Amino acid sequence: MSLFVPNRYRGKLIVVEGIDGSGKSTQISLLSHWLRSQGYAVAFSEWNSSPLVRQATRRGKKKEMFTPTSFSLIHATDFADRMESYILPLVKSGAIVCADRYAYTAFARDVARGVGRRWVRNLYRFAMHPNIAFYFRVPLDVALGRILGGRDALKYYEAGMDLGLARDVEESFRIFQGRILDEYEGMAQEVGFHIIDATQSIEEQQRLMREIVMNVLGDSLKNGILHQPVGGDFNAQATTAPVL
Amino acid sequence: MRKPQPLQFYSEPLPGVDISDLQGKLIVIEGPDAVGRSTQIAQLRQWLEQEGHAVLDTGMARSALAGKGIQMAKEGNTLGPITMTLFYTTDFADRLENEIMPALRAGFVVLIDRYIFSIMARAIARGEDRRWIEQVAGFALAPHAVFYLRTDVEHLVSRVVLGRGAFDYWESGMDLRFGPDMYESFVRYQTRLIRALDSMVERYEFVVIDASQPIDRIFHELQRQIRRLQLLRVRPRKRAAPKAKATV
Repeated sequence: MSLFVPNRYRGKLIVVEGIDGSGKSTQISLLSHWLRSQGYAVAFSEWNSSPLVRQATRRGKKKEMFTPTSFSLIHATDFADRMESYILPLVKSGAIVCADRYAYTAFARDVARGVGRRWVRNLYRFAMHPNIAFYFRVPLDVALGRILGGRDALKYYEAGMDLGLARDVEESFRIFQGRILDEYEGMAQEVGFHIIDATQSIEEQQRLMREIVMNVLGDSLKNGILHQPVGGDFNAQATTAPVL
Repeated sequence: MRKPQPLQFYSEPLPGVDISDLQGKLIVIEGPDAVGRSTQIAQLRQWLEQEGHAVLDTGMARSALAGKGIQMAKEGNTLGPITMTLFYTTDFADRLENEIMPALRAGFVVLIDRYIFSIMARAIARGEDRRWIEQVAGFALAPHAVFYLRTDVEHLVSRVVLGRGAFDYWESGMDLRFGPDMYESFVRYQTRLIRALDSMVERYEFVVIDASQPIDRIFHELQRQIRRLQLLRVRPRKRAAPKAKATV
């Protein structure tokens, strides 16, 4: 049985997945710029970015109110809003939607928090099946090196501090990301990820991504995809991926 | 008669939550919009407190986490059906873990104005998949009793018109876009809701109460049913030892 609802529309949905520090955001940003430069109408959707749900998520994080279940549900609510009012209508209209993280993030992260695997898969059953799902595979130490090297303090939930894995934030982050990595690796076969070796150079990864996009979508990109009006600035409100 | 029994999850245990020490009673009042649930709950609360029980009452969209967010989302015009279902489920999860369970642990009688069944009925009335929402909401505790205040749409209409005097956008299911007329939309939407609740009666062991009766009659009926739950006989002393093992 399929995990998601098939995409029967002319637009396309491309998503990237991987643990923090895998470089996926950089890559989907480059890919979306490239697709835009080819003249396609490209939109972008980031994990946890629904304006409707933002207030509740922010409140829950600030006051550390979440349990594994309510954390999972608020992210699913956020995702549902983006699916219903953004991604679905855009794909229907023929745009290419690029998503930085998708339901797989919940499959990995929520399960790492102790939520049931089957329960969280059912939770996201309303999601549209992506045309391509890239998974950026990276060893834990490489990803941790990228993250812990050059950023501000880790956040409470990001580091899995709510699970009481360790008293030290970095140690907790390490254990938590390790669990998430295990979940990603465990589902890679089941969900049919296109796996990118994220230890390669940025340029090489991007070359591979574009090749896969052309191989998988090649012919269907020629007709049906919505193009930007000449000289127009399609979807000015579409966000761009933060570069790590 | 239903024997006092340890509370259990419907289908999905909540991660990291121990329910072996839940002592109180979980009582749910369900029913469509404007059927008179809150009137009954207010009276029940008073009565139970007079009888010496500590009572917590709670209802939809009252959580610290999501209550305000839901209100804000309903004031806009972009709240989709799946988003609404999940937002209410988030609200429910927060209340279950942070309000309802702690109260049960402390031995309270918890009176709930609408449980997962209203969330499920609204989802089903909007054409969502029944099995999907049943599984999503499967982490709910099966209550000691669910009282379903049942009536027909005509009766609801008269209650709305005589009571509030106006139809509400969401209670009329205007988001379903049956048409511009709120009365007609109310009738169609509430008919669907009642049908959805009716379909849960057996599976979730609802006690059906005729809500077209006078308020006092309904109240006495609820009192009679709640007495049968033998609230007074639930003593921690008696249950502590065997209960800890029985539920794991």
